[in-house]
Amino acid sequence: MNQLNQSKDINFLKEKAKEARIEILKMLNIAGSGHTGGSLSATDIVAVLFYYKMRHRPNEPEWKERDRFILSKGHAAPVLYSLLAMTGYFEKSLLTTLRKINSPLQGHPSSKLLKGVEVSTGSLGQGLSIANGLAMGLRLQKIPARVYCLLGDGEIQEGQIWEAAMTSAHYKSDNLCAIVDNNGLQIDGRCAEVMKIDPIPDKWIAFGWNVINIDGHNIKEIINALDEAERCKGKPTVIIAKTVKGKGVSIFEDKVQYHGVAPSKEELEIALKELFSSG
Amino acid sequence: MANRPEESQLNKALLRSEEIASLAGKDMATRDAYGTALYNLGISNEKIVVLDADLSCSTKTIKFAKAFPERFFNIGISEQDMVCTAGGFALSGLIPFASTFAVFETGRAWEQIRQTIAYPFLNVKLAATHSGITVGEDGASHQANEDIALMRVIPNMTIIVPADGFETAQFVNILAEYNGPAYMRLGRAKAKAVMPNDYKASIGKAYKFHKGKDACIIATGLMVNESLKAREILLQSSIDCGVINVSTIKPLDGDTILEAVSGCKLVLTAEEHSIIGGLGGAVAEFLSENYPVKIIRTGIRDTFGMSGSPTELMKIYRLTAEDIAEKIRNNLH
Repeated sequence: MNQLNQSKDINFLKEKAKEARIEILKMLNIAGSGHTGGSLSATDIVAVLFYYKMRHRPNEPEWKERDRFILSKGHAAPVLYSLLAMTGYFEKSLLTTLRKINSPLQGHPSSKLLKGVEVSTGSLGQGLSIANGLAMGLRLQKIPARVYCLLGDGEIQEGQIWEAAMTSAHYKSDNLCAIVDNNGLQIDGRCAEVMKIDPIPDKWIAFGWNVINIDGHNIKEIINALDEAERCKGKPTVIIAKTVKGKGVSIFEDKVQYHGVAPSKEELEIALKELFSSG
Repeated sequence: MANRPEESQLNKALLRSEEIASLAGKDMATRDAYGTALYNLGISNEKIVVLDADLSCSTKTIKFAKAFPERFFNIGISEQDMVCTAGGFALSGLIPFASTFAVFETGRAWEQIRQTIAYPFLNVKLAATHSGITVGEDGASHQANEDIALMRVIPNMTIIVPADGFETAQFVNILAEYNGPAYMRLGRAKAKAVMPNDYKASIGKAYKFHKGKDACIIATGLMVNESLKAREILLQSSIDCGVINVSTIKPLDGDTILEAVSGCKLVLTAEEHSIIGGLGGAVAEFLSENYPVKIIRTGIRDTFGMSGSPTELMKIYRLTAEDIAEKIRNNLH
């Protein structure tokens, strides 16, 4: 079975992220509903995970030693679906069925319905606990796989995240890497106004984690952080990725109203034009 | 000389079945039987991992924890985290048993069970102790009278309520083999041995003690013993009352229930749980569609519990054999 070529080529990864953004916008437009902002803020991170960092085999999704990706912020399903399709877990044509009746591409990811989805998510706050169990279970069975868990910044308002953060550190799960998509917005407004989450890094440091702060749209920084996380032993690592909600499309960027709204036909045209003309 | 691996596996399995058989006829709390069975399961099955939320001495997972510390994970006082962590263990290919008190496991972590365990059909065993009113002195905050209802409403969930230690030990092993989510409801108080020595437990199969001509008691958990005693009381007044033990609340064994109630003028359900949503609810829903007959539900009548000894509480909440017999007598004529 072929493993994906792991590429450190920045331009290649940038292209893949752009391609993913285009797929995300197209599928959301066809679906007519869904979460645009938080999918686009996480695109660079997820693209680097799927094309560079993770050891996985799209043609053998149940390969025992694969690295696992948990999209704890399940509403960003389009970013996961786009990367799964692009890397070959299923036909890209399936993306047009997002949120439609009988589609395996549910509004929030279902592991029972779609190959490559490791965990069913959508109810916030649960992914890190699941990641803990997976990481400890893999370690117990001496399976050399890593677990990646993508959290929203609004999501860390859930108390269970901090229960899980304690557990990861207590059990010294260094095969676990959490990533916070710190786009600063949630449904009702700015996180700082809805429920203050800052200072994010200090909280994780206090909970016993190795903390890495990066620009979540800088491919090189994402690569370096993920590599550094793998080298860190004896404690879990969290990457706090500063991101922009709706990143890549100026009309959506840092706009709270695009949290849970799909692009219209006109907006899609503007967005695609902008993405195609970008470097 | 060391045994060949397959031989030692066989020996371990034999040890397990001998251990289970030794519990037949033994009065013991179902939580104690759980602790013993889990420990024995740990010897023969290396895929078993156990999680607890700081109550291992009370849930009796401590026995497993001491024998297999590398496969025991205390998650601290965080039931929601424990349930989802168990889900992660299942995803890694292991078989997690996650234990705490029933009120916290099914109540505090209900949505985690729904989303992370039941919806993706993960192989997690939720084995909760301290269910029902017989928790006793700790009072209402710790008496789960709603747990069966909470679990019943979740799709994909299997629900097991053993009547005694022997049945508990069998179900621990059966659930380890069953690949899917399950809730097992265990108690703190001593349970009288009720199941016969040759009893073989099976998911989805109710056990018929007696077929009655006049009435039928459908019971679960500790109430099986009370129901059997009620039958004896009623025989003195020439009332022939059948008794079945429904230890699998979901999926409900409709065939055995229909067979047991056929010809009876009255059905009484008996459970140490709210009359809403538990065994009584399940049986009433089933029989109203398949065999309309008068049903009296015995259980906690939509109220909270209180402190007291289990015996006192059983009397106050009218869960004794005498209460059951009286209800049947009053409703038969």
